[in-house]
Amino acid sequence: MFSKGIADASNFVKGVDTSFIVILGITIFFLVAITIVMIYFVFRYRKSKNPKATQIHGSVSLEILWTVIPTALVMVMFYYGWIGYKPMKEAPEDAFEIKTIGRMWNWQFEYENGKKTDTLYVPIDRAIKLDLVALDVLHSVYIPAFRLKQDVVPGQEHMMWFIPGREGEFDLFCTEYCGLQHSYMQTSVIVMPQEKFDSWYIDTTQTVTLISDKPGALGKRIVQKNGCLACHSIDGSKLVGPTWKGLFGKTEVVKTGKEKREVIVDSAYVLNSIYNPNDDIVDGYQKGLMLSYKNELTEEDIGEIIEFMRTLSEDK
Amino acid sequence: MSETVNQHTEVSYLEYKGRFKGLFAWIFSTDHKRIGLLYLYSMLVLFSVAALLGLAMKIELIAPGKTIMDAQTYNSFFTLHGITMIFLIVVPGLPAVFGNFFLPIMIGAKDVAFPKLNLLSWWIYIIGAFIALSAQFLGDGAPDTGWTFYAPYSFRTGTNMLPAVTGAFVLGFSSIATGINFIVTVHRMRAPGMTWMKMPLFPWALYGTSWIQVLATPIVGVTLLMIVLERTMQIGFFDPALGGDPILYQHLFWIYSHPAVYIMILPAMGVISEIIPTFARKTIFGYKAIVVSTLAIAFVGYFVWGHHMFTSGMSGTALYTFSILTFFVAIPSAIKIFNWVATLHKASIDIQTPFLWALCFLFVFMVGGLSGMVLGALSTNVHLHDTAFVVAHFHFIVFGGTGYAFFGAIHYWYPKMFGKMYDKSWANIGLAIFFTGFNTLYLPMFYLGMTGMPRRYYDYVDEFHGPNIVSSLGALLMISGLIIIITNLVRSAKYGAPAEADPWQGKTLEWTVASPPSLENFEKIPTVTKHPYGYE
Repeated sequence: MFSKGIADASNFVKGVDTSFIVILGITIFFLVAITIVMIYFVFRYRKSKNPKATQIHGSVSLEILWTVIPTALVMVMFYYGWIGYKPMKEAPEDAFEIKTIGRMWNWQFEYENGKKTDTLYVPIDRAIKLDLVALDVLHSVYIPAFRLKQDVVPGQEHMMWFIPGREGEFDLFCTEYCGLQHSYMQTSVIVMPQEKFDSWYIDTTQTVTLISDKPGALGKRIVQKNGCLACHSIDGSKLVGPTWKGLFGKTEVVKTGKEKREVIVDSAYVLNSIYNPNDDIVDGYQKGLMLSYKNELTEEDIGEIIEFMRTLSEDK
Repeated sequence: MSETVNQHTEVSYLEYKGRFKGLFAWIFSTDHKRIGLLYLYSMLVLFSVAALLGLAMKIELIAPGKTIMDAQTYNSFFTLHGITMIFLIVVPGLPAVFGNFFLPIMIGAKDVAFPKLNLLSWWIYIIGAFIALSAQFLGDGAPDTGWTFYAPYSFRTGTNMLPAVTGAFVLGFSSIATGINFIVTVHRMRAPGMTWMKMPLFPWALYGTSWIQVLATPIVGVTLLMIVLERTMQIGFFDPALGGDPILYQHLFWIYSHPAVYIMILPAMGVISEIIPTFARKTIFGYKAIVVSTLAIAFVGYFVWGHHMFTSGMSGTALYTFSILTFFVAIPSAIKIFNWVATLHKASIDIQTPFLWALCFLFVFMVGGLSGMVLGALSTNVHLHDTAFVVAHFHFIVFGGTGYAFFGAIHYWYPKMFGKMYDKSWANIGLAIFFTGFNTLYLPMFYLGMTGMPRRYYDYVDEFHGPNIVSSLGALLMISGLIIIITNLVRSAKYGAPAEADPWQGKTLEWTVASPPSLENFEKIPTVTKHPYGYE
């Protein structure tokens, strides 16, 4: 906590760190004190020093004392824990809402104007509320610098909120184990000044200009937004799914049900593999890892992705 | 030593010849002592395997990126490590090995109440272990869900999860059978004159533990059965895709698995309560306070499971309640610590290996317990939940607590069990290396968790590199210590010097019988008149 101890990184840092200091202070004091007393007794009352033990059966007043004092202290710790936590559940009504979607194994952020990203961009000094959605299994949004964590549960609606207080880039990890690529399910929170955020936010033209830049550029953006590259590499390395380098136009051995057959990777095959990923499984890969993107990608989007894939097969 | 020793009149349980010969004389024996050793040997094998899996994980984490294994292997390693350590070793551990061996002797009985049921428990244990471990080798690959089997990932993974869950289900029956057996034994078979308040503290701890085993274990059975039904018959309990609730699974899982933590730690506290007075040559301080706190932990321990789920999205009232109850359950543990330390005051301490284990236990248990305070408080829990801090915390409690007590117990009762004494200097050297390695391994993980490193991470960002190197080197050191300790114990069973009946000047009943004890422990059932730790 202290290495990333930016006291105003979010509005919760102070409360949480105060609880840390109070609780760690009390517990470390007791740990050290009891250990010292224990070691002192062992030296002071070792057999050679004290050949005859004095038999003491107990003491009611001591028992009461060391029941009451710890009880009082744990109540103090409980109190600090509770007051540090309470505001995390009370999001202000005017908070800027961002839909946060977790799936195996990437994050996607959807803004109210329809903008979608794989990195969380937020304006500084403004209440941000993340509406959390899980598409497949449990995930958990964890931003250590903000001292915040909330599980993302499929079929349930949860939220987390914060006011970022410092510009910069902060880690965002998934902390609920979600399978093979769990440790790679991470992204960043980028905190920007309001003006900079605004110009970023309203800039929906960016994609249009990019189209003319290079064939497949729009497809690449769609791919990045949807986190496809968490599982499919574009440089030929083997991840959870087959690499896209040289994939388009290639002949692959796939398993359809229990049967093995050969297919040529063409537009129809790619489309079906995105909408019904478990129909044909490329030999050597596991079934059931990819979910259908039917609700996320239109056929036009997939057309752009195919354009992008073509570029990866050309420059071989 | 004393006139009650019947060393020469009856043959020891190790040499006794019954109906069967060779291996069968063990695996079909209903003698509580032989059954205790059967558990000990089974667990020694399983523990060695699981510890090496842990070492492999730490080596993988010594550097970011791939070091020695891929992510899928790593994920199945921490799953198998967890399942084996929790379900096969730490939960059954102390009651099955030392409870079986010493509960009857310490209360002056010839055996447990139901010797055949006792043997059946071991058989169920072995069958359960085989089923759970078969998951690693059969089907589409080893389970990769973590030992908690959280829904709905556990339903989606293509790996072989069902046998692992079935294994845990079967093991539950072994636990319940042992629990019932011990409860009846304590109620019905105490020696004449041994009133409840004259019973030694290890039997007391076993008694509390047994109640948790009997009352809480069925819940994990029911839960795992629901998983099996969901996976095979598509009945939606937990999987949102079938209309189930994944949080319900977490509740059911922890309603068992939190009390299970007390199944692990209560007998450990019982062992420490035996070792300390023996080597302090002094009656235990606050006997009644320790008994009451044992029962209090067993009771309050049922109501704190929600603290595993503070970030799952429970209501504020639930969070509040679970947090405050979690703090309450810490108090009886604190009372025990104070009483143990007070026992050392004005004692005459004979510093021997078992006592050193007890001292190390006190330290690591305090670190584990006090780090639990940070996790019990809501605001700090949110930051630390599912990070390396939690991993460090429960290794300090489960390995530090139960594990140290287990090794303390084996060094304490070894001469009684095998009639031989181990090499004390090697035992102490092993402990010193182990203790240093243990702290080097787990202390950096507290720091890693504080700075935000999530648990169950195969790979990590560069800023976590430094502490991970220290931690991994600690693992290597700790395993070296373990090798010395275990080698010394195994070797001494053959080459050790013969042990006396009462090598430590203990006062409880097991020290009045021969080392090793005869088949029926006592020629004549003793009559108890004194307090168990009567050093006057």
